[in-house]
Amino acid sequence: MQATGKTLRVLLALALTAGLMLAAGCEKDPQQSSAEADTGPDVADNEQFIPILIYRTGPFAPGGSGIGGGYEDYLVLLNERDGGINGVKLVFEECETAYNTDRGVECYERLKNKGAKGAPVFHPLSTGITYALIDRATRDKIPIISLGYGRTDASDGTVFPYIFPLITNYWSQNTAKIRYIAQTEGGEDKLKGMKIVNLHLKHPYGQETIPVLNKMAEMYGFEVTHLPVPWPGIDQKSLWLQIKKIKPDWVINRNWGISCTVPLREAARIDFPRNRVLGVWWCGSEEDVVPAGDAATGYVTTNFHGVGKDYPVIQDILEHVYGQMKGNISPTRVGSVFYNRGVIHGIVTTEAIRLAQSKYGNRAIGGTEMQWALENLDITEARLIELGAGGLMAPLKTSWRDHEGGGLVRMQQWDGTKWVPLGGWIKPDAELVHGMIKESSAKYAREKGITPRTKPEDGI
Amino acid sequence: MIYRESGQFASSYAKDMRMFPLLQDRWAFGALLVFAFVVIPLIANDYWLSSILTLFLIYSLSAIGLNILTGFCGQLSLGHAAFMAVGAYASYNFAVRLHTPVLVNFLLAGFVAAAVGLLFGLPSLRIKGFYLAVATLAAQFTIEWVLVSFNWFAGGSMLGAIDTPPMNIMGWDVSSNLDKYLLTLSVVVVLAIVAKNLGRSEVGRSWRAIRDLDVAAEIMGIRLFPYKLLAFMVSSFYAGVAGALYAFCYLGSLEVTAFELAVSFRLLGMIIIGGLGTILGSFLGAGFIVLLPILISQAIVFLHISGASDFLANAELMIFGGLIILFLIVEPYGLARLWQTIKEKLRLWPFPY
Repeated sequence: MQATGKTLRVLLALALTAGLMLAAGCEKDPQQSSAEADTGPDVADNEQFIPILIYRTGPFAPGGSGIGGGYEDYLVLLNERDGGINGVKLVFEECETAYNTDRGVECYERLKNKGAKGAPVFHPLSTGITYALIDRATRDKIPIISLGYGRTDASDGTVFPYIFPLITNYWSQNTAKIRYIAQTEGGEDKLKGMKIVNLHLKHPYGQETIPVLNKMAEMYGFEVTHLPVPWPGIDQKSLWLQIKKIKPDWVINRNWGISCTVPLREAARIDFPRNRVLGVWWCGSEEDVVPAGDAATGYVTTNFHGVGKDYPVIQDILEHVYGQMKGNISPTRVGSVFYNRGVIHGIVTTEAIRLAQSKYGNRAIGGTEMQWALENLDITEARLIELGAGGLMAPLKTSWRDHEGGGLVRMQQWDGTKWVPLGGWIKPDAELVHGMIKESSAKYAREKGITPRTKPEDGI
Repeated sequence: MIYRESGQFASSYAKDMRMFPLLQDRWAFGALLVFAFVVIPLIANDYWLSSILTLFLIYSLSAIGLNILTGFCGQLSLGHAAFMAVGAYASYNFAVRLHTPVLVNFLLAGFVAAAVGLLFGLPSLRIKGFYLAVATLAAQFTIEWVLVSFNWFAGGSMLGAIDTPPMNIMGWDVSSNLDKYLLTLSVVVVLAIVAKNLGRSEVGRSWRAIRDLDVAAEIMGIRLFPYKLLAFMVSSFYAGVAGALYAFCYLGSLEVTAFELAVSFRLLGMIIIGGLGTILGSFLGAGFIVLLPILISQAIVFLHISGASDFLANAELMIFGGLIILFLIVEPYGLARLWQTIKEKLRLWPFPY
């Protein structure tokens, strides 16, 4: 019986420690109080519930906290400055996924029925979680938006009614990269005989662009070598030795996390010009280049939005959100790549809610209503300027067939201290990408036993 | 008082060799089955069925597999998740290419995983302990590499993802969360009973002898070669079936990253915390690792504890880590041992001496 007493004492001590730790957390950090604390998760009919899947912990936390923080800040901005959307307050609740698929599924199930009408939309912020939610969200009739990541062939709305890889996908991005190379070299005919190395992570995400690059190599007559980087890609010396031997004209850097930074140092070591290293947009944040120091100067990556604080909407956030001490991440990160990407998440989501309200009335919006709005979204340049986001993102127009809605990409270059936009928006080769998407989505439809929609009302 | 064996006599060998010699245990087991098959479907909502219970059962099954290898036979494995991947991909390929019935599919997935497990079990004949652990780590990397490199395994998908077709078992359309839960539960119950009996059989005793001291076992006439390989095969079989269930009943669409190295470590954590060499421990450990973090994060929301969101996100990890350490200090032999202790105490209750 003595042993039990001891166990009890240890248990009590632990409970006390845990309690103290939590109590310490209760003291509000003035910079980081969250809006959810004020409103709570219980939502009335004139409040719009928005679920936030986020990862503030784990190896990819810079991306998760940056995007999630920017997304939340934009929602808080609408509440503080405009009193919500048409008088409907936005209420959100965070759920930490730690970039883990199982936890992402749990978060989805936890939040999907909250609010007056349930969750209108989810941003999984992870390709793995996006895949895991396709079946579930389609059954529950809740749209999933994967902005710049996720399942490429879901751009085909006839097979994936509830999945929206909005703005642009990986295949579009790579056609834009090749177009950028052509522009820089002075014409598409210059691509002939050129050597391009596709340095990609040995991982489904990394390999996804191999088919599209192969196709383009055939079309334009350049030579593409695919060099796989073993996960997690900390050591890439032997690969760069190979690159030195191949002597390519361009290197595509398709990595994620730490493996994005390593190529910059290695390129500096073999003196490969950094402005001929083209990064994917997940290798194009401050977090990716700052650790490489001077080696990163001149490095070019794709992006689908602007960077920096010089946009009226970001200034408004600084004034109305951080000015009121209601920000959701550290103010120093406002205007960074991941942060602005989060603001884009906010703009796309709230514009869709606004559109749904114009059809269904100024109240909370549910999943199917949101699905309609996302298929009829038309964010014009004029509207973007109205929102204070002119130049921050490209115009977006979706349809029930096209769940991508634009695909415009722009380049940015690291000048040693900040990202500088390089040229205007580049249009991807929609025709080529469209064919491949159709082929891939047809396979999905066949295996899942789905009949593709022939009109917008099908299967909704 | 209630829980004691007095008055219960085994009057035949068959009775003496029962899985649960005590009447009370048999009743408890029956009640548990009724609870899982009847009560839970009646009371559980979609959230519990689809995101917690099914996942818990799948991880339990996989943990049983690892427990057979590590807990029963004493061979450490760091590549268990990879065998789940083999099962998931195999079941997908059988379903899409050969259109085999669902249950046959799961069985075949188990056999394919067992065959691969046999291959990676071969080094165990020469090396043991930490060295074997490193060799099984190779299984994790090799299998992941193969599945990523050859997209034939993903049905030629350009995205490297597999999408499981709808399931139908003799007219039963397994599509709702409840159906998937019941299917998973049935498979897990059958395989858990098989594992329990396997552990009590001659094979199980041989495994234990090898675990405790392989030289002594060999001297006693137990041939290490077939028994070690059998442990690898059975263990991988369980992992394979669990992987197939994970693909078909839990996710639906997945990439190989769902079975990354971290999952192997989590499985190892389950059996260590749950209790090595026990079937019950596999369930308790899976419950601990799968359910507890969710419980902690739910509690933070439920208690309306507010604060910096990044602190709350990390608080979950801190509390979880603290609890793991606490449980291992209080009961180094795992949660199953704790249950054993409770049972022994119950026998004496209310007159302990």
